[in-house]
Amino acid sequence: MYGWVGQILRINLSDGTVKKEALDPVEAKNYMGARGLGTRLWLKECDPKLEPLSEDNNLIFMTGALTGTMATNAGRYNVVCKAPLTGAMAASNAGGYWGPELKYAGYDGIIFEGKAEKPVYLLINDDQVELRCAEHLWGKDVNETTDTLREEVDIDAKVACIGPGGEKLVKYACVMNDYTRAAGRSGVGAVMGFKNLKAIVVKGTGAVRVADPDAFFDALVKAREKVKNHPVTGQGLGMFGTQILINILDEAGGFPVNNFRDSGTFSGAEAISGETLAKTYLVRNKGCMGCSIGCGRIVNVPEGPYRSFGEGPEYEAGWSFGADCGIDDLAAIIKANNYCNELGVDPITLGSTIACAIELYEIGALTEKETGRPLAFGDAEAMVELTRMTALREGFGNELAEGSYRLASKYGHPELSMTCKKQEMAAYDPRALQGMGLNYATNNRGGCHVRGYMTAPEILGIPEKLDNLITDGKAQWTKIFQDLTAAVDSSGICLFLTFAIGAPEVAEQMTAATGFDYTVEEVMKVGERIWNMERLFNITNGFTKEDDTMPPRLLKEPVKVGPCKGAVNKLDVMLPEYYQLRGWDENGVPTTGKLEELGLQ
Amino acid sequence: MAKVLMLDPEKCTSCRTCELACSFEHDREFRPSAARVNVVQFESEGISVPLMCLQCDTAACVRVCPTGALQRNEATGALEMDDDKCIRCKMCIQACPFGNATYDSAKNRILRCDLCGGDPQCAKFCPGGAITFTEATSGTMAKKRAYAAKFKEVLQEVTK
Repeated sequence: MYGWVGQILRINLSDGTVKKEALDPVEAKNYMGARGLGTRLWLKECDPKLEPLSEDNNLIFMTGALTGTMATNAGRYNVVCKAPLTGAMAASNAGGYWGPELKYAGYDGIIFEGKAEKPVYLLINDDQVELRCAEHLWGKDVNETTDTLREEVDIDAKVACIGPGGEKLVKYACVMNDYTRAAGRSGVGAVMGFKNLKAIVVKGTGAVRVADPDAFFDALVKAREKVKNHPVTGQGLGMFGTQILINILDEAGGFPVNNFRDSGTFSGAEAISGETLAKTYLVRNKGCMGCSIGCGRIVNVPEGPYRSFGEGPEYEAGWSFGADCGIDDLAAIIKANNYCNELGVDPITLGSTIACAIELYEIGALTEKETGRPLAFGDAEAMVELTRMTALREGFGNELAEGSYRLASKYGHPELSMTCKKQEMAAYDPRALQGMGLNYATNNRGGCHVRGYMTAPEILGIPEKLDNLITDGKAQWTKIFQDLTAAVDSSGICLFLTFAIGAPEVAEQMTAATGFDYTVEEVMKVGERIWNMERLFNITNGFTKEDDTMPPRLLKEPVKVGPCKGAVNKLDVMLPEYYQLRGWDENGVPTTGKLEELGLQ
Repeated sequence: MAKVLMLDPEKCTSCRTCELACSFEHDREFRPSAARVNVVQFESEGISVPLMCLQCDTAACVRVCPTGALQRNEATGALEMDDDKCIRCKMCIQACPFGNATYDSAKNRILRCDLCGGDPQCAKFCPGGAITFTEATSGTMAKKRAYAAKFKEVLQEVTK
């Protein structure tokens, strides 16, 4: 095979067996890899109704056809399983070097079945594949684990692992790779922790080959030029990281504040912005394998209570620990974000859960008896300490480790959890961005911004500027963004490229890499197929139309300040049109005709 | 005037595009382990250094080679390996003090930078400008200018 290396590993953690299997080329073509193919392989072997933290929940690491090539920013892989946080399908996407290294070792992906009796790690050194004892690593954070394994195995090996967050089954623990890259959302790290799998160490010396090297090179050079010349990918993201969005969303009036209670604009936006970060704690940019953008931030807070060194925050963490908790102290945000990287938990859900706890405290639903300390918006010291405690499940952190939905429900106010399908939304207020609201409500993994990034047209004007406050046309745009993203995620390239390139560049690179004929239509069809497959999983699993919604606050309480003052999300206007455009019935169930068209019947 | 590869680790983002471009240029496939350039990462300090053959004048690899397989290409300044003359004794690997020559066991050959015949792909695709292919004087002048600018600022500060 070309593009794909043609082999996957099957590791049974219960009996310790290792098998090498050929990758099915038809499945590969239809689902491309990573998110799509990983989900497909999970569904072929697992019951959608299973318990997320059970032996039967296969944990799949999958790369895409373009991963490890010089295609535009092709450093990515996905971790797939049923999600502990949501009960929906989890496919969490990460960059870095680990995914490419797996392909250089000769494998497109790994399927983990069962559960190890004691902590283990998997060693992959080209053909050599073996499970090894990891008891000496249990309890170590991500940096210590990575350093120890590289010293033990090979200093140049790439490591994906869990931190204490995953070991302690925090519902939104990440799988971390290359120290600071995260398969961040939905709790894939908890499934890894449940399986007693601490790490996967990979060293690969082989090649990824493409079907038509000349055509592939031409295609990637053209695509790279577009990425280089686009103001977002060529300048903004490199100069200021994703945190460049803080001032942009604040100015547009779409910045959620204090658990979305006081949304619109935030007085401390400038203080926590990417521009301020660049002037203060930024050491230099960092890129994943083959990346020409370099949005990663190496940061150093040299002194003070929040002294730390690491990477990030990116926009969402800058917001969740910042504006969402009413905090304008950038050093504190960096410290909390570094805790998340080191301990392996998702900063979006964690910051948002702290914000939810603060509001619960303010209305008296939580008291100091439960929290162990007073909670208030704007208390940076408490936010940082709660972040650490949550990742380690210490004290009140043990409750925060369950996510905001379970926390708010336990204390009688589920409406204060800013979640869709139990997963916390990101830093775009759906009242100010109508289309982003529709995406959150319909997203197969719940509150998620990276699978239908309506901020691009609604705020940034990419590919064209849409009025963010109107609902007209948003259903169609949301569908296109969701389908394109599903294909992009599955090909192995980075979503951020889609500011500058689209389906034609994906099609051209995929065709030259694999030798299969991907037209623009076929790329979009693959995306639609993946979206419907995920939807079917959710339906089988008990999700209904009633779950395609968002917290009542966003449908009823108007935005308080800023340019979008007075707005609420008009989901009921957009949802029926969205179902119709998707070829689903009025209950949001894909019709037989649609499933036949997509080859999913 | 001959151009040289100038390295500026301060600008390196660790993206390793140079490794991908290098292996593709030489082998038409993506195989960083066979790249002639490597990015050495120091994660705990957040610094990465791209390194490749420096094309030494009195090169240890040339002096130690028993068959004269390494010859200077006068047009590009690169030391080029004649694979037919090379007997794979690997003495060049032992001799190079920088670790910039290596052996690829999968293909039984010595790997070292040949400046891609005068158009080094690592420099061409480096997104951050950490690797540039330029005349040595203009490359070093750029560094001098950057340092002089700092010196100038201090000078302006004290003469205010």
